[in-house]
Amino acid sequence: MSEPAPSDLRAHLDTVYRAESGRILATLVRLLGNLEAAEDAMHDAFNAALQAWPATGIPANPRAWLISTARFKAIDAFRRRARFDAAHDHIAAALHAEGPGPAAAADELPDDRLRLIFTCCHPALAPEARTALTLREVCGLTTEEIARAFLVSAPTIAQRIVRAKAKIRDERIPYQVPAGAELPGRLHAVLAVVYLLFNEGYSASSGASLTRVELSTEAIRLGRVLHGLLPEPEATGLLALMVLQESRRAARADAAGDLVRLEDQDRSAWDRTLIAEGVALVEQALATRRFGPYTLQAAIAAVHAGARRAEETDWRQICALYDALLEMQPSPVIALNRAVAVARVAGPAAGLALVDGLLARGELLDYHLAHATRADFCRRLGRVEDAREACRRALALATSERDQRHLEGRLKELG
Amino acid sequence: MKFICLGYADPKLFATTPEKEMHAMMDRCFAYDDHLRANGHFTGGHALQPPSAGMLLRCVNGKVVATDGPFTETKEQIGGILILEARDLNHAVELISRHPGVTFGPWEIRPAADLDEMMRLSAARRGSPPAQ
Repeated sequence: MSEPAPSDLRAHLDTVYRAESGRILATLVRLLGNLEAAEDAMHDAFNAALQAWPATGIPANPRAWLISTARFKAIDAFRRRARFDAAHDHIAAALHAEGPGPAAAADELPDDRLRLIFTCCHPALAPEARTALTLREVCGLTTEEIARAFLVSAPTIAQRIVRAKAKIRDERIPYQVPAGAELPGRLHAVLAVVYLLFNEGYSASSGASLTRVELSTEAIRLGRVLHGLLPEPEATGLLALMVLQESRRAARADAAGDLVRLEDQDRSAWDRTLIAEGVALVEQALATRRFGPYTLQAAIAAVHAGARRAEETDWRQICALYDALLEMQPSPVIALNRAVAVARVAGPAAGLALVDGLLARGELLDYHLAHATRADFCRRLGRVEDAREACRRALALATSERDQRHLEGRLKELG
Repeated sequence: MKFICLGYADPKLFATTPEKEMHAMMDRCFAYDDHLRANGHFTGGHALQPPSAGMLLRCVNGKVVATDGPFTETKEQIGGILILEARDLNHAVELISRHPGVTFGPWEIRPAADLDEMMRLSAARRGSPPAQ
């Protein structure tokens, strides 16, 4: 134990909050049976720490101290209300009967956080509410931080969270990990939230970067929790995919913050530790033979990661993986990515035929990358005028400044 | 984060509620304030006398004009302010939504603005050291 200075203590508590609030809250929700009471008790416990720790020193196990204190705070709150409302009396009595326990750490169950994630990503909640709720309750971000990251106002996010919580309460959404036949569908909703968070942070322009990068970090943190607690191949596959994409972050943008294409990236800037982790995860997921689209996308990323130089990329392998992916998840965006791989193996004319087929079916007409890809194939076939035309169309459809700058550069190269 | 919470109420409500009911209500409010205080959320505040006891100052054509009772025609008046310490806007909403005072009338929750930088720049313009 040590006696910290007040300012150090606040900083230390903030760190504890970011690292542990998700776990503490999850355990309290189970112990108290109610999200609001749990949050209240947790905040009160952090305030109590601020007052108590300067004198007592930081306890050896801060999390256990906070859980135990929060539990007493909750009993106090129920008692206080019981003075006006007899209904709360037996709740306080029941909570007290369970006692403080020998060490609160023993009260924690490893899947507490998992239950909370499944509650926050429940399909009964609006999709945009799921991400906000997960970031706040599981990752410990404030409403204001979430608002900054998604570029919306704090009251908008606050409303989403208030409504989602009311729904959890009113519809008695259970606080549990679904089992059996229900799991795959519910897991899909959870993984979708995590991947959305990751992409929100990964594809953002560098302008508003800092809080956005944090979203990717949080997504990977959640991915690790899911992978660690739930032996499902797609949870492993998603973590692999995020880790492999993250490994290229430093090489994705040049000094001016402009996008660098995969083939032009400085591969020595790729994070080898993350790549090794990602590849091991992909292999683990593939070995189950029960993998899905996230694992296949991770496998494609792993093939790219395995090429020390762009020319060494095993495009045949990538084509085969895209074939499997397209069969599993027929989507025009996947078909477009497959066309890029096919062009590498069979030439730009084969790729162009696939893209033109998509566009002729009315798919991806408003997707700037479809036209940018078409421009690239046309350029390689020497059809400069067609390439220019496609590039202009892509430019008109691109919304982020960074994409626009990138396309302007390519248009200039076409003369 | 600090939030300034403005509680509104119809002054008529206070005048027409039976005394016993009024006492019970005030007891609930003060008990909840004590709970907020005990947990470091209640960092300041005050109840207000009715608007008829106050005055309104306004600058008209460069002259300060004082009139009595501001906005007396509005039904709901600010009955009190509470300075709340909360982690974020949602936490503030939760704390205030449990305040028995919400049954009197609406509450407005406004994040406190940080003017430190503005004051520092202003002090520099005025050539005076920043106030502590």
